[in-house]
Amino acid sequence: MAQQLTIFVENRPGRIKSVSDILMANNLNIWAFAIQDRGEFGLIKVVVDRPEQARLALADHGFACALKDVLAVTAPDKPGNLDRLTTALLNSNVNIADAYGFVTPNDRQGMCFLEIKNAQEVNLEEVVTAAGFTIVKDEDLYEV
Amino acid sequence: MDVLFWNKEMETLPRPKLEELQLQRLQKTVEQALKTPFYQRRLGKAGISSGGSFRNLKDLQNVPFTSKDDLRKNFPFGLLAVDLDQVVRLHSSSGTTGIPTVIYLTQEDLNRWTDLVARCVVATGCTKKDVFQNMMTYGLFTGGLGLHYGAERVGMTVIPIGGGNTQRQVQVMKDFKTTTLHITPSYLLHIHTKLAEYNMDPGELFLKRAFLGAEPYSENTRRKLEELYGIDAFNSYGLSEMNGPGLAFECVYKRDMHVWEDAYIVEIIDPGTGRALEDGQKGEVVFTILTRDAMPLLRYRTRDLAFLHPEACPCGRTHRRLSRILGRTDDMLIINGVNVFPSQIEEVIMSIPEVGTNYQIQIDKTGALDRLTVKVEIYAKMFTGEASAIDALKTRITEKLRASITINPRIELHEPGVLPAFEGKAKRVVDRREAL
Repeated sequence: MAQQLTIFVENRPGRIKSVSDILMANNLNIWAFAIQDRGEFGLIKVVVDRPEQARLALADHGFACALKDVLAVTAPDKPGNLDRLTTALLNSNVNIADAYGFVTPNDRQGMCFLEIKNAQEVNLEEVVTAAGFTIVKDEDLYEV
Repeated sequence: MDVLFWNKEMETLPRPKLEELQLQRLQKTVEQALKTPFYQRRLGKAGISSGGSFRNLKDLQNVPFTSKDDLRKNFPFGLLAVDLDQVVRLHSSSGTTGIPTVIYLTQEDLNRWTDLVARCVVATGCTKKDVFQNMMTYGLFTGGLGLHYGAERVGMTVIPIGGGNTQRQVQVMKDFKTTTLHITPSYLLHIHTKLAEYNMDPGELFLKRAFLGAEPYSENTRRKLEELYGIDAFNSYGLSEMNGPGLAFECVYKRDMHVWEDAYIVEIIDPGTGRALEDGQKGEVVFTILTRDAMPLLRYRTRDLAFLHPEACPCGRTHRRLSRILGRTDDMLIINGVNVFPSQIEEVIMSIPEVGTNYQIQIDKTGALDRLTVKVEIYAKMFTGEASAIDALKTRITEKLRASITINPRIELHEPGVLPAFEGKAKRVVDRREAL
């Protein structure tokens, strides 16, 4: 399963850069990122090619950060695809805590990352595949 | 538990004998005080003209209090009771709030002080086999030299390194297999945050114990430090006006600090009325020093709040125990009419594992109301990445604080290492209300 690194940062200028500086210095490649604004602080969420190395590098600089499993799903960029995915997940009682997605303009491929609250209770692979979507394989995301 | 004594006879002297000795020494001290212009005036006004007029210890309550202000007003020599050529040492407070306060010692005074410090050190289990790294500031401050002399008298290997330069401190601990530290609690916390940076684990050190002093801190901070380093941490209490360290110290039982009552008379008073309180009641601590010829001080008001334990200690010492300092009569904050001590807030913060050891208390005025903000740092190792867990943490801190201080604080979460950590005396309170 894909891994997302969540980093606690104060909400003031320069904090995103302080994270990206460290990722760059370690030659880490970012697949996706999102930021959750929580007022005085924010949570930066990143998916990178070497999650554990990124976590250690940030922790070494004193950051509070944690890795968690997220569901990474791809689908062709077509109207109604997100609805088909959320319908399939709802039918299996999957509880989505957080999500972010994007489309790569050149190959018109949609990709989304989902934080699932009850991932243990559901066979996510089965639900997603049955609905005609693809779960991104670890070897496609990570340097092995 | 192994209980060691430096001066067993004196440390376990039965109370009636101890009080008899106190009275004798008090009479002598009053005689000595009457040699100073300050006490001639002060005691004269109270109708006291000789030490012999003291029939029992209760008579001490007829003596007016001495305050820090008295020391300042009589700077520099107004309380000196011997010729200056008898004085072998002087110490002074930092004087950050105005004129410094100075104390003087004769060779005998210094000798007696050193002996009291030796008692403290041995009471914690130290022997001549221990290596003592003294990380307190040397110089005019009493903490550095006081412990230095005491540890040396016991025969410990003393490393007079002083404060600061964290990396070197840690290297010295390792190189010389330091067993015992004398350090401020905030600095010891700070060093722990640096160990990873130096690729060092507390397990590689040889530390057995630390003497913590020079600033107030909570019981939870002590436990945290003991866990982080795998040591015993002992509370030390002293103030320069009473010679500094050696006044009150914990024994191996760590159930608060024995005051050496053959050398000091300790009283707890109501800071408002000046009335003496019973053992067990919290109030302002007042000391009379009985073993300093160069500069006697009678009923000196410390402005520190604490209480005396009425029960005996299992170590067998008959000298009563003073609680940790619960606050200052002058650092008490009044927030929307409620009395709040920073130590109450620290106690709560240290009991919550998800936040770090640095914190800051800020008070602002919004309209007519005071607003209390407590800033804490997320503790990196306990971070789960869940936004909901952070919300729950904030609620938990708020509720715990409200239960303790009855005020609803605003909690501000910060990244680890962002709030100022001080290598000396920690300054945790930022009061941004305008002075009236």
